[in-house]
Amino acid sequence: MRFTKLSLVLLILLALVVPASYAQENENEDQGAGLTIGFSQIGSESAWRTSFTEAVIAEAAERGINLLFSDAQQSQENQIAAIRAWLAQGDVDAIILAPVIESGWDSVLQEAADMGVPVIIVDRNVNADESLYVTRVSSDFVHEGRLAAAWLVQETSGNCNVVELYGTVGSAAAEDRHTGFAEVIALFSNVQIIQSQTGNFVRTEGKQVMASILSSTDPSTICAVFAHNDDMAIGAIEAIKEAGLVPAVDILVVSVDAIPDIFDSMDAGETNATVELSPFMGGPAFDAVVAYLNGEELPKWIPVGGGLYTSRADYDADR
Amino acid sequence: MKSRFIPLLMTFIVFAAMYLFAYSRFSSFGSMRIVGNLLRDNAYWGIAAIGMTFVIISGGIDLSVGSVIAFTGVFCALMIGRNGWDPIPTFIVMLTIGTFFGATMGMLIHYFKIPPFIATLSGLFLARGMAYVLSTESIRIDHPFYESVSKLVYIFPDKGRFTFVAGAFLLVLFIGIFVAHFTRFGRNVYAMGGNPDAALLLGVPTGRTTVMIYALSSFLATFAGIVLSLSKQSGDSTIAVGLELDVIAAVVIGGTLLTGGVGYVIGTFIAVMTLGTIQTYLTLDGSLTPWWIKIVIGVLLFGFVGLQKLLSSRQGLRLFSFGRDRKELQQSA
Repeated sequence: MRFTKLSLVLLILLALVVPASYAQENENEDQGAGLTIGFSQIGSESAWRTSFTEAVIAEAAERGINLLFSDAQQSQENQIAAIRAWLAQGDVDAIILAPVIESGWDSVLQEAADMGVPVIIVDRNVNADESLYVTRVSSDFVHEGRLAAAWLVQETSGNCNVVELYGTVGSAAAEDRHTGFAEVIALFSNVQIIQSQTGNFVRTEGKQVMASILSSTDPSTICAVFAHNDDMAIGAIEAIKEAGLVPAVDILVVSVDAIPDIFDSMDAGETNATVELSPFMGGPAFDAVVAYLNGEELPKWIPVGGGLYTSRADYDADR
Repeated sequence: MKSRFIPLLMTFIVFAAMYLFAYSRFSSFGSMRIVGNLLRDNAYWGIAAIGMTFVIISGGIDLSVGSVIAFTGVFCALMIGRNGWDPIPTFIVMLTIGTFFGATMGMLIHYFKIPPFIATLSGLFLARGMAYVLSTESIRIDHPFYESVSKLVYIFPDKGRFTFVAGAFLLVLFIGIFVAHFTRFGRNVYAMGGNPDAALLLGVPTGRTTVMIYALSSFLATFAGIVLSLSKQSGDSTIAVGLELDVIAAVVIGGTLLTGGVGYVIGTFIAVMTLGTIQTYLTLDGSLTPWWIKIVIGVLLFGFVGLQKLLSSRQGLRLFSFGRDRKELQQSA
């Protein structure tokens, strides 16, 4: 009796463990273990870029991918030279490229295609024929704008006059965040953008612009600030405080990026919400490489979306 | 051995050592793929470095080359890519503008006695500013001429590529060597760098030569910009920022004396290939940060400037004279 009970327990344990370990192995294989992948990064110009790089390196280490990392120091020539060096050495299975600018990639992408090495574009776009790369993995800026608007509408029950701090005019990040935001608030007749000015994604300019808006408009009519990035939001918060108002109470603050500084500001109760610009593009990019090498058909764009966070605890819980 | 050959010899030894080290780790350094890449990827700044060699031999400096390259790229992209100009006339117009630009800096330096550092610094800002005024975004060039140039390539059996751009680089190198050593202009450049007052007394037309030196440097920087535009098929005003410093470093590592009078075009070429080799090695290694190339450049520069200092002192000369040439050295010293 006791023997059978014990063997039953063992059997159950075995039944649980064996498939799990098989699954583990299969998973590792599908994650690209043993592949050699070259990653050409723009540089290390911002905190976000650095965390993006670190996320890709960590992801590769976790998956057992041999990652060749090249920092181009903001130069397209360095990126092209790096890709050509990998192609010449001939031991990379795939190349991940975070392009510094959009044009000028045709010939090097063609060379990679000729050598049969797949290229995945991450982050910024390239202005080249779609057939020259496998897919593009990047943030969905429109989605970020929509998310910020949705939060604001819910928070104010659809009653809000918004000041928009615009990013660099013409940049995809700014234009698309505006589009997404405007799309959602258009559904609510009492939510509107009453002022929209550019702060070029810079903290000091965000502060200047907000200060001038507060002096020209009656602050009591402003319900919220939507900043296209956290830096401008932090600048705006300073301006709001200097005008004798309480940020996040008198004027709600919502922005995009989820940089460490914005969580300090949240801890101090001066910011309401931020939408994460996900630096975790390595995972989807490696998945795309594996899928491509397995002969799967991929869409030409794989968006990665970040969540909206209203506290440091929420954000940390997601990590 | 003549002491003025020692820096050149050191340049070659450094290159050979670096290349063999890289080859010992990555076998592809023995293939035409890497050799072809080194030539075409470094062509644009190598061409500018050949122009800079003349400037530094004459005792001057040209800080404007990076900006001139960027301006050229944007100008070509705007005219060909947007306004539909034909490439050849565009290149001729651009080379004329570039040459005139350099000649103007040369005139400022000679006739108004403005130090080369300041005259070409203003050139740096002027050309970069004009590039930004033309366009702040990168412009794509779609033109059949560019397509056909990109197809002008000799492919080696091991898939190495000898491109039009690489050929242009080698052509400029050979013409540069010829001009430096076999023409009156070349001799005048060396004479001015060695001792400008003596050169003037010996009848060297220093004014005309100065103007020609800076015109040549800007002409080659413009040509470098065209070469870059051909290989990238686009133009962008943010490229080549700070490139002049890499170019100057390559010239010094190539064995040219910063004070002028001594130097070789071939040395500059070898130095450009050395830096290209290091960059390729760092890329293939993939674990070292590329900032190491800056450290290596720093160490090499320090070494070469130290070597020059040593050679220009009497004691240093004796150290390197190895007995046989002592008489000759004493005469020259």
